[in-house]
Amino acid sequence: MSGGVLIGLILGTPLIGAVLISLCGRWPNVRETVTLTTAISLFVLVSQMIGPIAAGETLRLSLAEPIPGLEIAFQLEPLGMVFAMLASGLWIVTSVYAIGYMRSNNEPYQTSFFAFFAIAICGAMGVAMAGNLLTLFIFYEVLTLSTWPLVTHNRNEAAKQGGRVYLGILLATSIGLLLPAIIWTYSITGTLDFTPGGILELDSISPLAATLLLTMFVLGVGKAAVMPMHRWLPAAMVAPTPVSALLHAVAVVKAGVFTITKVVIYIFGLDFLATLPLEKFLVYLAGFTVIAASLVALRQVEIKRMLAYSTVSQLSYIVLAALVLAPFAEIGAAIHIVAHAFGKITLFFCAGAIYIAAKKTRVDQLHGIAWRMPFTMVAFTIGAVSMIGVPPTAGFVSKWYIVAGAFQVDNFFVLAVLAISTGLNAAYFLPIVFRAFFQAETVPPAKDHGEAPWPMAAALTLTAALTILFFFFNGPVVDFEKGILEVAS
Amino acid sequence: MTLIEWMPFSVLIPLIAAPVCALLPGRVLPWTLTFVSVLASAVICALVLPMAVGEGPLSYAFGNWPPPVGIEYRVDAVNALLALLISAIATIILPWARVSVNDEVPDRQGPFYALFLLAMSGLMGITLTGDVFNVFVFLEISSLSTYALIAHGKNRAALLASFRYLIMGTLGATFYLIGVGFLYIQTGTLNMVDLAERLPALADDRAIRTAFGFIIVGMGLKLALFPLHRWLPGAYSNAPSMVTVFLAATATKVAVYVLLRLVFSVFGVEFALAMPFEEIFFTLGAVGIFFASLSAIKQTSLKRMLAYSSVSQIGYIALAISLISTAGLSAGLVHIFNHALMKGALFMCVGAIVYRIGSDRFADLGGLAKQMPLTMLAFVLAGLSMIGVPLTAGFISKWALISAAIEAGNGYAVGIVLIGSLMAVIYIWRVVEIAYLQPAPDNADMSRRREVGLSMLIPLWILIAANFYFGIDTRLTLDIATRGAEVLMGMTP
Repeated sequence: MSGGVLIGLILGTPLIGAVLISLCGRWPNVRETVTLTTAISLFVLVSQMIGPIAAGETLRLSLAEPIPGLEIAFQLEPLGMVFAMLASGLWIVTSVYAIGYMRSNNEPYQTSFFAFFAIAICGAMGVAMAGNLLTLFIFYEVLTLSTWPLVTHNRNEAAKQGGRVYLGILLATSIGLLLPAIIWTYSITGTLDFTPGGILELDSISPLAATLLLTMFVLGVGKAAVMPMHRWLPAAMVAPTPVSALLHAVAVVKAGVFTITKVVIYIFGLDFLATLPLEKFLVYLAGFTVIAASLVALRQVEIKRMLAYSTVSQLSYIVLAALVLAPFAEIGAAIHIVAHAFGKITLFFCAGAIYIAAKKTRVDQLHGIAWRMPFTMVAFTIGAVSMIGVPPTAGFVSKWYIVAGAFQVDNFFVLAVLAISTGLNAAYFLPIVFRAFFQAETVPPAKDHGEAPWPMAAALTLTAALTILFFFFNGPVVDFEKGILEVAS
Repeated sequence: MTLIEWMPFSVLIPLIAAPVCALLPGRVLPWTLTFVSVLASAVICALVLPMAVGEGPLSYAFGNWPPPVGIEYRVDAVNALLALLISAIATIILPWARVSVNDEVPDRQGPFYALFLLAMSGLMGITLTGDVFNVFVFLEISSLSTYALIAHGKNRAALLASFRYLIMGTLGATFYLIGVGFLYIQTGTLNMVDLAERLPALADDRAIRTAFGFIIVGMGLKLALFPLHRWLPGAYSNAPSMVTVFLAATATKVAVYVLLRLVFSVFGVEFALAMPFEEIFFTLGAVGIFFASLSAIKQTSLKRMLAYSSVSQIGYIALAISLISTAGLSAGLVHIFNHALMKGALFMCVGAIVYRIGSDRFADLGGLAKQMPLTMLAFVLAGLSMIGVPLTAGFISKWALISAAIEAGNGYAVGIVLIGSLMAVIYIWRVVEIAYLQPAPDNADMSRRREVGLSMLIPLWILIAANFYFGIDTRLTLDIATRGAEVLMGMTP
């Protein structure tokens, strides 16, 4: 199969899935079969690209040329490859989980839920495979708009409010900052292609203007949730938990940090960025976000909101790592995209499982719950340990590379941020674990309960296992990501 | 007959058909005649366009009186595109309009459609003619018939709105005529090409400058340039739905065209630069975008909201023109075209909603996405184009406009365009939220709340498809607009 056809299929599969899902609304079992089949086919298709990419082939597809000289084009590179694998692979797990969740909670509007979910995945695939900034922007907006119906799924006042903040911030940042940044870049360079080594040069833009441009990119990609553009993420927690788990812990937010990483590596180029005088300012901003979001997380009582702020903090790890401008840190950024995904999706799955089984949503209700839901709470513990960054979990691997990168360029600010953040993460995750395992139930639940339905328990066990496995078997991913540095240097 | 000899018939066919149409009885005959003549006009325009773009200005002398003595029709990339837009929109609207007109204008449809033909041929005439007095004649033809069309609205408020528009429109036309009078006194000609040759020598003449001022204000009234826009919301919201769709998509655009043609082709870029044209248009455009969007946000009914949105979109065009560059003019021309597509589609949605539930107030729209899924989906998609989401025509407009502003080094223009887009998010998405997330109001008559028929849906979705087509393939729009901008800037003959 030629590269172009493959890319076309990867984009088309979730879209066709979405159409079929809406057509099969009357038969829930058929509809869910369509979701699962689509998710599995997508994963198989995406994995077909590993071979060619590892062999250094160029997979490229050009669809149209809406603006003279600017194409809607796709081109794969290692970073996007990993993101695509991650999103499509976890979509399968999440679909299984979502079926359990939606059915046992008797959620309304399930057909549109699964349909928009598939469209959002198409958006994520487009972001991952985009060959230039215009294409990336198009799918970035597809992702924003297709997730709005998911966020407002419950259609009550809270959902409406959450939806407003969500759409408001994401569109305001993308139209208000990202789009002009893209057009500005285009007007300077005449191209938006992701080019190894970057497309901006010192003789075409002054250092000060370049710093402003970079700031517009970092803040304009609202999905990366760098403060002060982070408020949409807690607002998005009104969505059903499967949405929070896959989209607001993996696909949407990772699309954000992925975009920033792409811009840093392929638009600015590491060497060019290193010459900018005020680039440090953004490092400080990301560092501030890491710490501040952790502090806010510490004070949350809603499990999902706490996880959301934890995500804000973890995303800025990636932004921070990308902006350290050290080779190891870039690898660390790429790996943290994967590592955080496994850990955070597990945590959200657990939060959803607790809600479905026990109808509990607050951290102060979890006394002794581990003895009723052992699988869930063990998985939660693994996810939490990974967030803190302790072996043997995925979070340790990426932190290792980020720390190594910080040492490469002697950036002690980053080291301090990582150290403080580790402490803070422990401070808000470990009490939950302690409470769940070692404190007695204060009030017995109204209804006796065990684990959540098996699809949910199976899904969270699997992602927890992945969190641990990634610690031991991360070699292929790391090798793959080294490819970024080869093309970048 | 050659193609160039057919070209005037794009104006003449509807003009000649109008009196016939007025005499036809019943409902079917007037509509059929109107549709056939409008379609014929569109076909001619579609055939003329490639020739006008490829071979440069096509000239046709009426009655074989050679210009500048006789009236000349002169077609180049700019007005060929606009003429196609007007006639094509009219062709798409008519099948959509049948049921809506039956509902809103049950009797005496012959005269109603005749007025529509007159309005349409007037707009076509303004677009194609190369004679400044002839512009006035057609301006009056289209304006007078438009006043009558607006007065056909169901509410009594339509009469007041029509009267207001009549006063403002007549003022505008008179101002324009005074300007033309000055030009004629000083130069002795009314032909645009001729004027363009004679005016540079008179650039310092006070009467010419006064003429410029009168023409700008006159056309500013017709195109509803902020703060001369007060007639527009009333006219749009009270007219029959079909008239609103047509006016919103075409009428103000034609006034913009006249302004562009006179300022750039007749007076010339140098003259415009010597006058405070740039500053005035930039300020009015920017202020207009902001305040009209703000008004749109404050409205509580669809038609008025979209009407204010139209005023703000005119602000974008004014802003683009004020950059006085090829890129700016090209952005303005593209937006004229693209805005017609999106506003046409949006007003068609509103027309369908009014046809079904008899109201366009937000309070009545709750839950409508369930009962009219295709109409509301079309509203969302056209709304996305309005906001300027990528893959839509609106995105191309925004891109062209922002690029032009960056090229001109005008950061304020970039800022105001972006602010306007974000305000569009607010007023469009408010409707989406009501239709999709709110339950139907308690007193809603559920038997009336159902999807409209195919005769309305197909034209609507053709426009929606066009919004996306021209967001992806911009050869027709962006290329011709760039070429038109070069013509206007005097770079090519």
